[in-house]
Amino acid sequence: MAAVNILETRGLTKIYGGIEANVDIDFQLPKGKVTALIGPNGAGKSTFVGMLSGRTLPTRGTVSFEGQDISKLPAHKRMQLGMAYTFQITSIFPGLTVFANVELAAGLKLSHDKSAHAAKTRQVLAHIGLADRADQVAGDLSYGHQRVLEIAMGLAQDPKVFILDEPTQGLSETEVDAFVALIASLAGETTILLIEHNMRVVTETADHVVVLDQGRLLASGTPAEIHENAAVQAAYLGTTPNA
Amino acid sequence: MAMSKPNLLHIGVLAILLALFFILPTYHVGVFSRVMVLAIYAMGFNLLFGYTGLLSLGHAMFFAAGMYGFGLGVNLFGLPVAPAFILGMVAAALLALVVGYLALRTAGVAFMIVTLMFAQTVYLVILYYGEYTRGDEGFIVQQAQRTLAGIDLTTETARYFTAFILFSICFLAIAKIVQMPFGKRLIAIRENEERARMLGYDTASLKLRALVLSGLFSGVAGVAYALLFGYVGASFSTVQYSIFPLLWVLLGGAGTTIGPLIGVIFMFYLIDVSSSYTNAYMLVAGVVLVLLTLFAPQGLIGTLRKRMFAWLP
Repeated sequence: MAAVNILETRGLTKIYGGIEANVDIDFQLPKGKVTALIGPNGAGKSTFVGMLSGRTLPTRGTVSFEGQDISKLPAHKRMQLGMAYTFQITSIFPGLTVFANVELAAGLKLSHDKSAHAAKTRQVLAHIGLADRADQVAGDLSYGHQRVLEIAMGLAQDPKVFILDEPTQGLSETEVDAFVALIASLAGETTILLIEHNMRVVTETADHVVVLDQGRLLASGTPAEIHENAAVQAAYLGTTPNA
Repeated sequence: MAMSKPNLLHIGVLAILLALFFILPTYHVGVFSRVMVLAIYAMGFNLLFGYTGLLSLGHAMFFAAGMYGFGLGVNLFGLPVAPAFILGMVAAALLALVVGYLALRTAGVAFMIVTLMFAQTVYLVILYYGEYTRGDEGFIVQQAQRTLAGIDLTTETARYFTAFILFSICFLAIAKIVQMPFGKRLIAIRENEERARMLGYDTASLKLRALVLSGLFSGVAGVAYALLFGYVGASFSTVQYSIFPLLWVLLGGAGTTIGPLIGVIFMFYLIDVSSSYTNAYMLVAGVVLVLLTLFAPQGLIGTLRKRMFAWLP
């Protein structure tokens, strides 16, 4: 493969008391591309990204980031290497202002330089369309805006790899459109791993799709290839032969 | 250069405390010396509880570590005030480091229980080594041992100004800490620890540092208490003295810079005034506490911040 892989897993396995959540997953995340990870509920997507980000420790197998084995690193160290992660269930600092939320996210790299720190925070807020809400308390924002804020926090980290766990869940159609446009605007500079249920978002944004089913890697390819894949259709899209 | 509102507030609070010395009758000057020392303790507790979101029920051990570090330094080793003061601070910080290293493996209720148990251990250790510590009875730090640079710290004036200077240093230091990136990260842990961790912050190390600082400030208060009031006793390491800072901070406003001071003043005068009217002053105090928790759960300053002055630090 011509593309360089920024993140790779080998034989990544997680067993919860006899239940195989993930089995021997060999996965590559090509640099600078948008990769979508799809699969039916319970396929093991969250376990898988949990092991990538360090929130879940694997039973066996390795994760490497830019060629470095990070399997043993705790989550915060992985984030320091240049990963960012947005939670499936919105996770922000509800008692702080929108500005303070983004400021904290940008602070890991920039807190030593006050003016650059503030400038970065303002730039991210403007980019994502939250500039006029900067002084609002984050917990008072609408659900949609909170989701957007969490994505803004990921952007403020300037990640090399940005993992988004079901970012469009619960968003309105217009908000989803804005999200798709946002991902398109990041393409090329940031490597994105998108865990997504919304097939429209996958088709419109992803360069590459990986399908998980019952804890195993079922297929991978372009959105079009995946759409044509009979096994995927059976497992995930629910297309029956006579449909 | 124009000062920010929080800075003006902090300077204003210190100016008022300074002015009070000249305005207040002697009795109240004495009260405020004690209030300022206890406020240092409350502020130390607040750094951990109000800003980092960790509720310790054992902070009396840090207060006592400072107090005994200083008191034993003076009494057993015959140290002068300055080195004994530092010994007290080191004792408190070291204890906080060890306790933090172990207790921070737990969170929430477990953390409360573990800190409570450590404090109980410290209390029992003080009793066990009664030969040196004089146990429950405690010991007096003699007037002659309480001089610094030729100044007798037992006079009302010297006591007030020593308390004032120590309070000012701790107050401004904590006000600065919570404005720094480090302080903001502590607040992030209070708000959502998992999010802070997934932003790349080493929350375990941040919490340990917060606990050591909190223990250090509590220890400074313990040293100051022994230095200015001349008594060192095991009663200061009891559960009661772990609960006091919690009450003060809750009353004044957790996670605010001036809340701890306000809480100590309020609580002191609440008991002082009500006891001049009735023997059942603890009942009055209890009812007021219940009412405040019901109607101003964020404390006096916390409620002001919520209702009117969002800028309050």
